[in-house]
Amino acid sequence: MKRTRRSFLKFAGATAAAGLCFSPALSIASGSPGHGSGPKVTEGSKHAQRWAMVIDTNKINTKEQILELEKACHVWHNVPHIVDEEGNPTKQELKWIWGGHFHEVFTEKHNNFPAEEIENREYPLLCNHCENPPCVRVCPTKATYQRPDGIVAMDYHRCIGCRYCMAGCPFGARSFNFMDPRPYLHELNKDFPTRTRGVVEKCNFCVDRLAQGLRPACVEKANEIAPGAMFFGDLLQEDSEVRQALREHFTIRRKPSAGTEPGVYYII
Amino acid sequence: MLERALKGGPKYWAWILFLLAVIGAGGGVWIWQLMEGLTLTDMSRDVSWGFYIAQLTYLVGVAASGVMIVLPYYFHHYKKYKHLVIFGEFLAIAACLMCMLFVVVDLGQPQRMLNIVFHPTPNSILFWDMIVLNGYLFLNLIIGWTCLGTDLRNQPHPKWIKGLVYLSIVWAFSIHTVTAFLYQGLPGRHFWLTAILAARFLASAFCAGPAILLLLLQVVKKVTSFDPGWEATKNIARTIAYAMCANVFFFLLEIFTAFYSGIPGHQHTLEFFFVGLDGNTTLVPWMWTFAIGAVVSLALLIPPKLRENKTILPIALIILVIATWIDKGLGLLIGGFTPNPFEGVTSYWPSWQELAISAMVFAIGGLVITVLFKVATSVKQELEVSQKGDVPGPVEEKPSEAAEAA
Amino acid sequence: MKFHYGMPIFAGLIIFLGLVTFPLWFNAPSEAYKDPEPKLPTEAEVKAAGFDTFACVESTQFMREKHMQLLDEWRDWALRDGKRSYTNAQGQTFEISLQKTCMKCHTSKKEFCDKCHEATAVTPYCWDCHIEPEGYNETH
Repeated sequence: MKRTRRSFLKFAGATAAAGLCFSPALSIASGSPGHGSGPKVTEGSKHAQRWAMVIDTNKINTKEQILELEKACHVWHNVPHIVDEEGNPTKQELKWIWGGHFHEVFTEKHNNFPAEEIENREYPLLCNHCENPPCVRVCPTKATYQRPDGIVAMDYHRCIGCRYCMAGCPFGARSFNFMDPRPYLHELNKDFPTRTRGVVEKCNFCVDRLAQGLRPACVEKANEIAPGAMFFGDLLQEDSEVRQALREHFTIRRKPSAGTEPGVYYII
Repeated sequence: MLERALKGGPKYWAWILFLLAVIGAGGGVWIWQLMEGLTLTDMSRDVSWGFYIAQLTYLVGVAASGVMIVLPYYFHHYKKYKHLVIFGEFLAIAACLMCMLFVVVDLGQPQRMLNIVFHPTPNSILFWDMIVLNGYLFLNLIIGWTCLGTDLRNQPHPKWIKGLVYLSIVWAFSIHTVTAFLYQGLPGRHFWLTAILAARFLASAFCAGPAILLLLLQVVKKVTSFDPGWEATKNIARTIAYAMCANVFFFLLEIFTAFYSGIPGHQHTLEFFFVGLDGNTTLVPWMWTFAIGAVVSLALLIPPKLRENKTILPIALIILVIATWIDKGLGLLIGGFTPNPFEGVTSYWPSWQELAISAMVFAIGGLVITVLFKVATSVKQELEVSQKGDVPGPVEEKPSEAAEAA
Repeated sequence: MKFHYGMPIFAGLIIFLGLVTFPLWFNAPSEAYKDPEPKLPTEAEVKAAGFDTFACVESTQFMREKHMQLLDEWRDWALRDGKRSYTNAQGQTFEISLQKTCMKCHTSKKEFCDKCHEATAVTPYCWDCHIEPEGYNETH
């Protein structure tokens, strides 16, 4: 009795395994209506080898001005405004671009007596789209990844919300959706999605606008406030506006000793 | 063998029921967290990892610690550990399981966690952490279960177990090194950016883990007929003492580098720990408890007269576990994120929901340990090993044991 | 033949069969299955949305079978590869975007998308992020 039952089970198992191998082959062979020729880059989109930004902090340096940049960006990208009952941002807030004081922005203690006017300025902070990004290095699913044009992008479909990238970023550029963002969204841009709770997000250098041939929302708004307040272009093209700005002005970057090679420069 | 966990007295079942109640209550809070999001925790944009990941870090250490029993037994044939190896392996299984559960409850999108497998990313240390933790869990499961089963049937251990055991010894060191690598490769977090972090983790693991094991075995001794043996206990206590010396030494090395060099990044977190930073002194009483506890536990563990005192040893071990837990389970994570990238301090203290969900995970680990230890002690009892006396095991060695130990 | 524990085994088998066939006998008295009827956009609505031809990105049969695969490919092409132009078999080009292409004609989630999804008991999570043109305010 023992042998026949065992051999029956072996036979049943082998048949089941063969059946499992067979069925996908059948569905592939059945065929289906064909579809189109595949994707291409949109005509008229902007290209670069490495996108970079230069911010002239002589022209943009007050809380109110940077709040306008913040509004332009956050409304375009449906970034929620997480506040408590008094209307103050909570520590679980989300922000893609925001303002900070001198010692928050430039933490490497350049000078213990900085020029007064410079110390009192407000500086825009955003993701630096580093050349050597630690956030990309640590992401376990490649949900954050570096595009060929240097932009550090986020794939919200793949993010598992482990927040390793937030720990890895030396600049504190990333935000996590601790809760559902939608109750905190008041103006909606219907041409752009929101995110859902449980994923990390950050500035994306407006890849969706670049694909339409537009400049990033903050750059456009900054140049409305003061012409020449922000430059955005190809760092690896010698005649681009960012290279010109870098040649003509003294610039610094945040936390250079971290070795991440940030792509956002500040004209002091 | 698992059916042996179903036979127990009223106190056993009361304990199991208590664990299930904690799991149920914590599970309810976890479901709430799944619906509302991690906003129920006290984590923030600046302190983006907290209690859950801290427990993961502490428990990886506890998992790795089984090697302190396995290595002397298999590499150096230290026979006094013969009947304790299984407990080290079973503790490792429970600890690895708890580690992975703590990751799951920390994820923002846990239903997507298989993305790590679908999109493997070798440059990410989290990917390797997942591999080594799972690997260690299965190694211990296979080794422990096979050895226990063959012991029960009075058979020699299969030859292929040796290879797996040697692999598990090396693997134990790797799991905690990989976990340390999670932290020590991040350029923006100065408290973690130190080569000695991996060594600190291992030293802390090798004192805290065996301490927990010894305390668990004391409980086992009280509730079953299994006696780990005083000689073996003394030896493990000696290992713990050495490991704790290394642990404290490494911490003092950090203090020297930070304060002698004067480099602000290194100093800030230690200041936050011991005097407070920017007016935030949340961790100060805890870290001083850790410091004093570490010194007291060493004072009780280093002198043999105190270490080998049957009343003092458990007290020393409890103090050691509390101290190391504060260091790794509170200080490490909060300290890494303080000060934040803007040189400010964002407060963090685990919310009650975080504690409830963590209690659920600890209770699950407790349940696994209870069941596995029940099975192990039941088998040991049937084999009539370690009923009395110093060296566990029957006086004459069976031929199978002699062949296997050779 | 004498069955050991015959009664419990047969009782258990009957209960098991009852549970396994539950969907069949429980739903027997309810209405027959009707094909879901999603509300399709009119030519005027499509023209108003800014499209030249009154045709979807792909044929109806293709969409019925494979819109999930298409969207899955689309999201990786647009987001990860940076390729946001899709040309279908008829040579028409569309922007790869759920909100800016598909939802411009299929504006009502309740009348279109939900009809088939509810009939087949699937709950795709697209609308957790992608904003449906009609009916957003009812749920938020």
